[in-house]
Amino acid sequence: MIEARALEKRFGSFVAVAGIDFSIQPGEAFGFLGPNGAGKTSTMRMIGCVSPRSGGELCVLGLDPVHDGPRIRSRIGVVPQEDNLDTELTVWDNLMIYGRYFDLPRAEIRERAAELLEFVQLGDRRNSKVDPLSGGMKRRLTIARSLINRPELLLLDEPTTGLDPQARHLLWDRLYQLKRNGVTLVLTTHYMDEAEQLCDRLVVMDNARIVAEGSPRQLIADNVTREVVEIRLAIDADPESEVARLKRYGDRVEALADRILLYTDDGDATAHSVQGEGFDAGSVLVRRASLEDVFLILTGRTLED
Amino acid sequence: MFRVVERETRVYLALWRGIAFTTFVQPALYLGAMGVGLGGLVKAHTGSVDGLTYLDFVAPGLLVATAVQLAASESMWPVLGGVKWMRQFHGVVATPIRPGELYAGFVLFTAIRAMFGSVAFLLIAALLGAVPSAWGLLAIPAAGLCSAAFGAPLAAYSIGLDSDVAFPMIMRLAILPLFLFSGTFFPISQLPHGLRGLAVFSPLWHGVELARAATTGHFGAAAVVAHLAVLVAVVGVSGAIGVRTFTKRLSS
Repeated sequence: MIEARALEKRFGSFVAVAGIDFSIQPGEAFGFLGPNGAGKTSTMRMIGCVSPRSGGELCVLGLDPVHDGPRIRSRIGVVPQEDNLDTELTVWDNLMIYGRYFDLPRAEIRERAAELLEFVQLGDRRNSKVDPLSGGMKRRLTIARSLINRPELLLLDEPTTGLDPQARHLLWDRLYQLKRNGVTLVLTTHYMDEAEQLCDRLVVMDNARIVAEGSPRQLIADNVTREVVEIRLAIDADPESEVARLKRYGDRVEALADRILLYTDDGDATAHSVQGEGFDAGSVLVRRASLEDVFLILTGRTLED
Repeated sequence: MFRVVERETRVYLALWRGIAFTTFVQPALYLGAMGVGLGGLVKAHTGSVDGLTYLDFVAPGLLVATAVQLAASESMWPVLGGVKWMRQFHGVVATPIRPGELYAGFVLFTAIRAMFGSVAFLLIAALLGAVPSAWGLLAIPAAGLCSAAFGAPLAAYSIGLDSDVAFPMIMRLAILPLFLFSGTFFPISQLPHGLRGLAVFSPLWHGVELARAATTGHFGAAAVVAHLAVLVAVVGVSGAIGVRTFTKRLSS
């Protein structure tokens, strides 16, 4: 579906994407996980044929964006990071006009638009102007719009950033449905729960490079222990000395600003031994390892900067 | 590119009630005040203007000049809005539409809209008796072409900006002087000797000359061809630049 080899993007002397390789199969949900500034959006814009690559090879739907940009764009859908809805048109007209940009016949667009508004639960807002809609509604409208041309491939750049939990879950549910209907999904996110929930496979990006790839489970299994013991520090505690104290209890220790993370395969046992060191039960937490831990271990930083 | 015209038309149709005043009432007021009111004065003291009554002289000038003024402002703020404030242009180029097509459609609609307004103006002018010649219908495409000659370069320029600080200056220092001194309200022969030659650099002067030739029926073929050529050249050159600037800004 999408193949990239040594893909690069430079803006003047700034390197946004420093030579990455990835391969996305039809029908899968693929993720680019990384903090802001990692190069995810630049990569998405290259796949979406709105930004020319600076080096390497890129093949989307078997075509080269350099020669077949408009053709590729006619078969994909894009949900960008920043909304760019047409605020001078109503909800309904946004869908109609966007459909016309694909040269679809008006009758077909009308049918599709009605279906899509139901799909994203905006049916009762069809004659509303765009401005009064909430952030979640605008995002849903953008998703509806991105599907007007029945795309084989849907690109979503940070689809749930800025949305409340209810809106996020509605969106995820809709994306699951699309996936079940055979649409290939490619998304970028800096939320590890989104990556874990939605993606079959993902790559972890940091500083213009890919630092790991695999399914969420694989990434965790390959890079982290099964469980993590989180120890919340007192406000005046010194992380360095605490790390020195706790090192022997886990396979690995990471210090965050307010917590120590102890990586171990048996969280409960480790938590128990740690409690002997003078931490009360309230500040000790046992949890499963997550993609956030994968990122932390690979780069030394958290996903949220 | 015509899909872009479709979008612009849809927005225009939604807004027409607000535009009706500037499109219909304002030209009538201008023609009334200048053509009839001022014209009466001119007739009493000067007789004719270049062999025409003042009304016949000023009507084509006003027709093209008001079209151009509208085209100019419509090619600045909405273009910056499309790329920076509302950002709807970014949505458009994610579809099969290329940035160059977006630009072309935008300029084309500017010209179409100018012609639409000109039809209204011409009707009112004709009702007042200011259009002696049947060729007057050609004043409409003349206004369209002249509007494109302003819209194309202004849109090409505006797409690359970060803020709108330059726009009021352009309106005041470029558009307004051109509006007043391009043979619109008085023949350029009234200008001081040195300035007369500058008229050839005003696309509006060329448009006005074409419109006046059409409405009065007095024209020399060579002059008409020359004016057309200048306007087409302006549209062509700025068009080529605009495709590049739009592509650069929307597809980098």
